[in-house]
Amino acid sequence: MSAITIEKIEKSFCATPVLREVSLSIADGEFLTLLGPSGCGKSTLLRILAGLEVQTGGSVSIGDRVVDGVRPKRRDVAMVFQSYALYPHMTVAQNMALPLRMRRLSSWQRLPLLGRFMPGTNAVVEEIDKVVMRTAKALGIGHLLARKPGQLSGGQRQRVAVGRAMVREPAVFLMDEPLSNLDAKLRVQMRAEIKELHHRLGVTFVYVTHDQSEAMTMSDRVAVMLDGELLQVAQPQEIYDDPDDRRVAEFIGSPKINMLDARLREGGLADTAGTSFSIAGNIGPGTALTLGIRPEAFHLVDAGGRNVLTGAVRLVEHMGSDLYVHLDVPGTDHPVVARLLAERAPQIATGQTLHLGVKPERLLLFSADGKRLRHDHHRNATVLRIKERVQ
Amino acid sequence: MSTPHSQGLSAVLRHCVLLITGALILIPFVWMVSLSIKPPGEIFRASFSFWPQQFYGIENYTRALTEAPLPQYMLNGVFVCTMIVVLQIAVCAPAAYALAKLDFPGKNLLFAMVLIALILPHEVLSLPLFILGYQIGILNTYAALIFPYVVSPFGIFLFRQFFKTIPDDVIHAARLDGLSELSIVWKIMVPMALPAIIAFGIFSVVSHWNSLFWPLIAVRDQSLMPPPLGIMAFKNEEAGNDYGPLMAASTLVVAPLIIAFLSAQRWFVEGLTGGAVK
Repeated sequence: MSAITIEKIEKSFCATPVLREVSLSIADGEFLTLLGPSGCGKSTLLRILAGLEVQTGGSVSIGDRVVDGVRPKRRDVAMVFQSYALYPHMTVAQNMALPLRMRRLSSWQRLPLLGRFMPGTNAVVEEIDKVVMRTAKALGIGHLLARKPGQLSGGQRQRVAVGRAMVREPAVFLMDEPLSNLDAKLRVQMRAEIKELHHRLGVTFVYVTHDQSEAMTMSDRVAVMLDGELLQVAQPQEIYDDPDDRRVAEFIGSPKINMLDARLREGGLADTAGTSFSIAGNIGPGTALTLGIRPEAFHLVDAGGRNVLTGAVRLVEHMGSDLYVHLDVPGTDHPVVARLLAERAPQIATGQTLHLGVKPERLLLFSADGKRLRHDHHRNATVLRIKERVQ
Repeated sequence: MSTPHSQGLSAVLRHCVLLITGALILIPFVWMVSLSIKPPGEIFRASFSFWPQQFYGIENYTRALTEAPLPQYMLNGVFVCTMIVVLQIAVCAPAAYALAKLDFPGKNLLFAMVLIALILPHEVLSLPLFILGYQIGILNTYAALIFPYVVSPFGIFLFRQFFKTIPDDVIHAARLDGLSELSIVWKIMVPMALPAIIAFGIFSVVSHWNSLFWPLIAVRDQSLMPPPLGIMAFKNEEAGNDYGPLMAASTLVVAPLIIAFLSAQRWFVEGLTGGAVK
């Protein structure tokens, strides 16, 4: 009912393109996250969905209805803003009641003093108060209804903002970085609460964030955006394990994926950083490649050789459960970061030479222009294959 | 400069300057109040004292209130100033909202014109306004006193600066909540900009309550005159050189403003600096 279809949306601000032909389908009841660094156009896309900004080209449908040119209030969407955007001069109850008052009361009934004497006003107002009370209780802010936003903490304001969106029972929830103004602990808690809210309401959520942990933990699918382009839309695990593009691989994952420039030679071997990795498939010798290795793909081995990186330990970061080991490997620009089990800690000292093995199937191959090269098992060939985007 | 001694000296100097300028402004008012309670014989005495030897206040104030229609002038002033300030806010707030938050071609040009209008002294326009008032036949009515001030460039400018500081997200939220652009102005922007509105209201009321120049041109009927014009008429016709009642009338005219300013001082200061520092 409230599936969203975005077709070839383009947006420019004064000849500067912000969105380039973005197409995306969001299923009814799905939790989709738009993930990308600041300035990638994700918030602009969300505002176009809400009708707060007009696209330069392309079309948006919500449900079966094309909503281009439809005013925000007629789109049946609600939005939660990063700054919460509460009305500071109204109480929590008034903030939450406003969207309902605007919809259920006529303009005569909303008049400041006279409205109360218009026929039917009282019944509607009572009904609105009931809805506001119920929603506030569900969000745990029932005791704050008489306060003004200035007297609330960040987490409470956030809940009021969610409540104001909820009372309308919209078909689509849009959230623009709603957690980024909260402290780390509260953020984790609210993450779970929003996820739970999504389960309870069962409506479509479109969530914008630059925080990959929010995207990975909450979403049914993640859409990674960069420079106004949609790079990949997939389930969180797939985005991490099987990125389509070098930029996606680099954006997702902490610590960052290790990227090694390599050149292919005869015999399916790629030379890099003083060692060589075996590459299955039939890529021509001389081809320049980039090898992506996730930090946790490394394991300790005793000696150097094929598929093993050797380097001197530069820094050891103890994270409790894990160990981040930064390695200076000759022939690379950046230290290689490996994630090892914490129990290895006593064996590793700064300055020591370490051998890190990688299983060939855990290598992610990228062509020189950043596209992913995948191994096609049926034809025993590594081919450049960009997956068909799910439309 | 940094020794305590020179700092003390500069503080003394600073306070001297403040005292002198303060005195320059205050002494005429003190004198006015003093004269309003003195009998005619004492007013032109060479020696100055604040308190009269013979208290004549009751007589002076009674004459001020009875011999000229002073209450009528005051009511005229209240009516005209209220109408002006209400209409000004009704016009300036939507205009300022459009200039601050909406995008439309020619916006910057319009704003530049507002700034130009801010520079023009009102007296320059009095002749064209007089002719305009004559053409539409409203001279010598309340409307003639009100219409030249309904659009206030200063109000538009002040409100625009204040509205600019309100985050766009609040307006976006209001649009999603179903408010029309005009209800955004009245239900969201104006309440959020209340300090600026109050400061502007005080400015507007003070300047129009005290305004003499335009009412002198626009109205002739005594029943329409605002207080300053009324006092002038009072002086010419009734009092002659009888300064006691004249000063009593002046004191009565000034009093409401001073009371209003003192009670709203906090908002006044907040409103004027609020837009300056973000």
